[in-house]
Amino acid sequence: MTIDAWLQAAIADAERRGLPELRPALEALARATTALRAADFNDHADT
Amino acid sequence: MTIEEFGRRLRAREVTAEHVTDGCLRRIETDNPRLNAFILVMADDARRQALEADKALAAGRDRGPLHGVPISIKDLLDMRGLPTTAASRVRDGHLANRDAAAITHLRQAGAVFIGKTNLHEFAFGTTSEDSAFGPARNPHDPARSPGGSSGGSAASVAAGMALASIGTDTGGSIRIPAAACGTVGLKPSIGEVSIDGVVPLSRTLDHVGPLTQTVSDACLVYHALLGDGRVTPPAPMPLHGVRLAVLRRYFCDVLEDEVRARFESALDRLRAGGAHVDDIDIHHATDIASVYLHIVLSDAAAYHATALETMPERYTPPVRLRLEMGRYILAEDYVRALEGRELLRREVDAALAQHDALVLPTLPIPAPPLGANSVEVGATTEPVRNLMLRLTQLFNVTGHPAISIPSGRTSAGMPCALQLVGCRMQTDALLRVALTCEPHVSSEVRS
Repeated sequence: MTIDAWLQAAIADAERRGLPELRPALEALARATTALRAADFNDHADT
Repeated sequence: MTIEEFGRRLRAREVTAEHVTDGCLRRIETDNPRLNAFILVMADDARRQALEADKALAAGRDRGPLHGVPISIKDLLDMRGLPTTAASRVRDGHLANRDAAAITHLRQAGAVFIGKTNLHEFAFGTTSEDSAFGPARNPHDPARSPGGSSGGSAASVAAGMALASIGTDTGGSIRIPAAACGTVGLKPSIGEVSIDGVVPLSRTLDHVGPLTQTVSDACLVYHALLGDGRVTPPAPMPLHGVRLAVLRRYFCDVLEDEVRARFESALDRLRAGGAHVDDIDIHHATDIASVYLHIVLSDAAAYHATALETMPERYTPPVRLRLEMGRYILAEDYVRALEGRELLRREVDAALAQHDALVLPTLPIPAPPLGANSVEVGATTEPVRNLMLRLTQLFNVTGHPAISIPSGRTSAGMPCALQLVGCRMQTDALLRVALTCEPHVSSEVRS
């Protein structure tokens, strides 16, 4: 799953659950996940 | 008064456990309304335990270095018959039916339990301000955070309300408040001190350890936590020949000016005393935060999943949001973080191969004002949480023992601290290095 697809799904789910304030936290998490997948110990990660 | 001094004077019949416990209770009465360090004060129980300790000693029954020592406990550890609040309304109605393993060991060592301390809710924060019982405050400036999550523990020791405290550390939660309040804080090697009976944040990263006034005292409490209540601190080694490696790149990139100055002057004093000081790199240092985040968020979300569904309104809003984040992490990314953990562990092992300890500051900033979400450091503005975890979380990820020692104060009087890191499962060796370095590192504080 790409990070873009994951983030869109996560934001939609949070809004459906009445947690729109989670959006900035999920965006920050997406940046951290991008960094994690870009690390050279994760050569096969899909970014 | 340190635990060592108390022990000498107790056995010389100059003080009694009852007298010293009463002194701590008076200090709590005076200062706790201002500092909010305690969630529960156990005055009657503490007086009774202290009296029993005095009677036992008079009868020739000496339980060792912690006999009669008043100690506070972070309210995340179970004590039988008492609520373990974790500073959260989620825990309303809880009553522990047995002691945490660490508490059992402290009871056997003769400690006097003076109260349970405030913390960041469920230990999930670095400032101790998101608590169902209101924010804990820093004894050096009550408008500032005492650090966290063991903020009440550090404040209780720094303000003389206990001779030592027991905290937990998942990303720095012993070392961060120790640094912010000017005490010593020890995170032992992973798995050494049992986390049984402790409300978890992350079973992968959680540690239990002491906050004390000195390294010697940390050694005494650490051994009591292991069940070795009669061990005395080792003799310091000669500083000449001690090999230290400074973590520069990444770790010293973002430091507040006065924190940097205190750190460099501590290093100068160590060099002047004969220590051999090198610089060294952790190659994947820039990956630490993402590795840590994916592990801690996933583990915490798993533990809190039911309560997040059934009573979400009982969490403080910031802690609830942080826990909710973890529910969105993909399993594949958790596995990637675990792979990063192994790599970082090998890199820290390698950095220690030719050195007795790694050296770095504990906190890049002095204790932040309560309510601050971000802090300016040089030309950059960083979230407080990211900054406070920046220099400590690596050693939760890798499991290496780490200790924070006071290293001077800023011009505003706020403590700064230096962190020493040792080889895995060699906490005693780290404590010996820390005992050796302490007089040089802490000289500004004591002058």
